[in-house]
Amino acid sequence: MSYDRAITVFSPDGHLFQVEYAQEAVKKGSTAVGVRGLTADARIVVNRARVECQSHRLTVEDPPTVEYITRFISNMKQRYTQSNGRRPFGISSLIVGFDFDGTAQLYQTDPSGTYHAWKANAIGRSAKTVREFLEKNYKEVDMESDEATIKLAVRALLEVVQSGGKNIELAVMKRNEPMKILDPEEIEQLVSEIEKEKEEAEKKKKSTTT
Amino acid sequence: MALSSILRSESADFSNHFDRPFAFDCGLSQPELGFATNSGDNLNFAVKPFADDVDGPERKIEFLHGTTTLAFKFQHGVIVAVDSRATAGSYIASQTVKKVIEINPYLLGTMAGGAADCSFWERLLARQCRIYELRNKERISVAAASKLLANMVYQYKGMGLSMGTMVCGWDKRGPGLYYVDSEGNRVCGDLFAVGSGSMYAYGVLDSGLRHDLTVEEACDLGRRAIYQATYRDAYSGGTVNLYRVHSQGWERVSQEDVLQLHQEYQSQKA
Repeated sequence: MSYDRAITVFSPDGHLFQVEYAQEAVKKGSTAVGVRGLTADARIVVNRARVECQSHRLTVEDPPTVEYITRFISNMKQRYTQSNGRRPFGISSLIVGFDFDGTAQLYQTDPSGTYHAWKANAIGRSAKTVREFLEKNYKEVDMESDEATIKLAVRALLEVVQSGGKNIELAVMKRNEPMKILDPEEIEQLVSEIEKEKEEAEKKKKSTTT
Repeated sequence: MALSSILRSESADFSNHFDRPFAFDCGLSQPELGFATNSGDNLNFAVKPFADDVDGPERKIEFLHGTTTLAFKFQHGVIVAVDSRATAGSYIASQTVKKVIEINPYLLGTMAGGAADCSFWERLLARQCRIYELRNKERISVAAASKLLANMVYQYKGMGLSMGTMVCGWDKRGPGLYYVDSEGNRVCGDLFAVGSGSMYAYGVLDSGLRHDLTVEEACDLGRRAIYQATYRDAYSGGTVNLYRVHSQGWERVSQEDVLQLHQEYQSQKA
């Protein structure tokens, strides 16, 4: 019997194949800001999240925390892994924001409905490579400076992106400020600075070995 | 709906009630609502239907309308003071009623109107607040708690609930005080008095209230306001129960018999 047709059927070794296929869909899909996978699914999820944010503001008279809205999105995704006649959402999302006390938060959700908090993460086709780069180069102390943080993100993407700055889009979120999407010129500038730093690092290595 | 299952008679024809909104059935002319004198096992809340039904459902269930409860904010938190008399008409049913409901260690609710309505809905509110705390890993704000209560009772608007309560607490925004009632009102404020003795209490509070009172002065003011209300209002009396809400939660300050307070204030005058 094929165990991958209906979502509500476990396979003998405990897999929910539909959820795993959804996770594959994430890798193949396109990327919007923080959401990767089937962008049509993403629109539904984002819309429901927006309504829930407003609903929370109305009943609790306070904006929801990042964790709350992540939990809401995850619960919604999980419901679709356990009901008849519906398929899971084929999206993974990174949810970022600031809480009432000002601490920055980063959460990742996936089609199975789980969520985790992260200091740094990546989703998509080359997520593994980018994550490894971040694990090697993420330094808590660097995160104090805006510039170092942005450069780390760009350097991580340059590892996997072919044609450099032209294919990178960067958004920066600061406490109590609206989200800012960087212009292509600013990104080009960052990329060239990083290239220069890389060359200098290479030169230094060569001069010490010889 | 909880109320409808109690008020509907055994012989009621259920098919009739689907198209008519329940609120309209709470009229005096409906014998099925338990006011008939030969009601078999039906619960009978009202003593007798009134001749004029101008006031609507509220007049039928007479419990703690006769009461004085007050609460006010000041620099060191919120003072909550209540009397303890329950009347049914001119009969004093009890002198020892607890009109402050402890929702949780940092939220208090006061009771005015129907005793059952107040204590039931505030217990339900306590449950919702606890669930919120478990899910969100932080205490619920006074604004949110009062909104939960207001939204819960609004669904029963027009069906005869009688509740005038003040939700008092301390959250990350500081001291919080909201008045919520069964009409659907929800008002934030620094000072409220609810009940038949509220006018007398307002008189004392308005003349003595300042933001910079000490804890001692504020407690005395609350106590005095309730005492004065019990002195003039026949439906308020018994003992004055005084609570204070501060940043760490609420604490029970005192419980004093009004007759004793009368002696004290008299001797102070002399």
